[in-house]
Amino acid sequence: MTEHYQTARHFLRERERWRWPEALPWLAIVAAFFIVPDYLALGTQIVIAIIFALSLDLILGYAGIITLGHAAYFGAGAYATGMLSAHLGWGEPISAMLFGGIIGGLAGFISGWVLLRYHGLTLLMLTLTTAILMQETANAAEEWTGGFDGLVGISIWPLLGTFDYDLWGKTYYCFAVVVLLVCFLVARTIVHSAFGRSLVGIKGNVERMHGVGTPVHGRLVTIYTISAAMAGVAGGLFAESNAYVTLDVLSFSRSGVVLIMLVLGGTGRLYGAFVGTAVYMTLEDELAKLSPEFWEFGIGLLLVVVVLFFRRGLLGALEDLRVRRS
Amino acid sequence: MTVALETVGLGKSFGALQVTRDVHLSLAAGDRHALIGPNGAGKTTLVNLMSGALAPDQGQVLLAGRDITTLSQARRVKQGLARTYQINQLFADLSVLENVVISLSERAGAGWNPWRRSSANSAVIDEAVVILAQLDLQDHALSLVRELPYGRQRLVEIAMTLAQRPSVMLLDEPAAGVPSAESHIILDVIAALPDHIAVLIIEHDMDIVFRFATTITVLVAGAILAQGSPADIANDEQVQAVYLGDGGDV
Repeated sequence: MTEHYQTARHFLRERERWRWPEALPWLAIVAAFFIVPDYLALGTQIVIAIIFALSLDLILGYAGIITLGHAAYFGAGAYATGMLSAHLGWGEPISAMLFGGIIGGLAGFISGWVLLRYHGLTLLMLTLTTAILMQETANAAEEWTGGFDGLVGISIWPLLGTFDYDLWGKTYYCFAVVVLLVCFLVARTIVHSAFGRSLVGIKGNVERMHGVGTPVHGRLVTIYTISAAMAGVAGGLFAESNAYVTLDVLSFSRSGVVLIMLVLGGTGRLYGAFVGTAVYMTLEDELAKLSPEFWEFGIGLLLVVVVLFFRRGLLGALEDLRVRRS
Repeated sequence: MTVALETVGLGKSFGALQVTRDVHLSLAAGDRHALIGPNGAGKTTLVNLMSGALAPDQGQVLLAGRDITTLSQARRVKQGLARTYQINQLFADLSVLENVVISLSERAGAGWNPWRRSSANSAVIDEAVVILAQLDLQDHALSLVRELPYGRQRLVEIAMTLAQRPSVMLLDEPAAGVPSAESHIILDVIAALPDHIAVLIIEHDMDIVFRFATTITVLVAGAILAQGSPADIANDEQVQAVYLGDGGDV
């Protein structure tokens, strides 16, 4: 019996053990700082997009919530951070970003409370319309958001009062990477907790979760709120790094692209957000240089190939390769 | 004897179809009660009304004397009313061990904690090992549920429910789909359920029903046709007419 206890504990611990390949994305992020210093502006945007995709993975990959409106919370965070600076004159970067997270989380909590009573196609349409409604609201509230012209006048103070923003975006890259690390550690802790496992249960069989006494709606609203807050943080960083916010932060295409990036990398594995985002954005950048008019064709082709042949994304394909070898 | 679960005048319709009619049913603590009836009699609907998967149009459900009619399924589970499903409702892509751990974590109230690693909860894991051993599943603990033979999967279904430490268990055709050569495994497990649990079992297999039950309720067209000891039911002319005459498929 003792042996059974040991085996069981070991088996469950094994899943969440840190493995050496997990160091790779972080090494790449650090290496990029030294190897391609000219590309740190793009690097910063990639890191921000990774945070955004990671937040989507929490709800899509783990809890099975499908959404075409995740930009709603990214945008809420971006406008919150931007307006805090543009209208109230507060430009301290860390607190302004956190404010974006709070507003994103609040938007997630309120909308999630209603949305998450539905599932399937209904949920998909409702998430889509939520983001559209928010975009239209931002458009109409011109006085506050700048409407179609965008929100200008964002002025961010030096980080920690000392590190000012340089032309090459080094400071901002480091700041974004630290935020990503914190978000990642939070996400990794959550998915391996009993709470996180209950989300996997809800995704796997919601009927059973009702049957073991899980307050399903409450769980879903909770992870949705956490995810929206993380998306809001990404939006806040985005507003700070660009010093400019347009309606585009709430757009359907932003919701769609983050979904594409996550599916490209692989859902439900946290690192899918890293791989998918980096591949998508690097490719986008390279292809746009190659052919400013047809770059989307290349991205589309890649997606078709991934969806047809590597259903579980690039990381899923890697995993299959390793299994086949051993 | 204390009443563990009681339904009072329970009724449910789907459109014009009345699937449950004025059902009064009572389970005492430790009861072994079988619910039988031809296909379409409304047995599963009745279980759904008791467990809270469906809301009744009329009547009440009482658990240990408390009205639980308006409580959600999850709340009822917390109060001690757990069920199994006619069709497996398991996490097929997770290990048997983790299926039970998820159920236990909920009962232990750990399901809200996003910071503590689920694998660090030794009390829950040890209890899962005990439950699996109780159901003779210890050698399958690390297998994925979908890799198990169907009969064993039915045992996992029972394990998920036992993990809730219920005072009342509703077993919806626990041996459904299990090859007859394996059904004794299920039967042994049911026979060995703790005495204090009141058990209501829906079953088509009359061998199981007569071996297991101390009380039998016969449901026909949503209403109770007869109720009594196995001997009474076996000799009941109305019941014989249903089972041997038209409409019987057992």
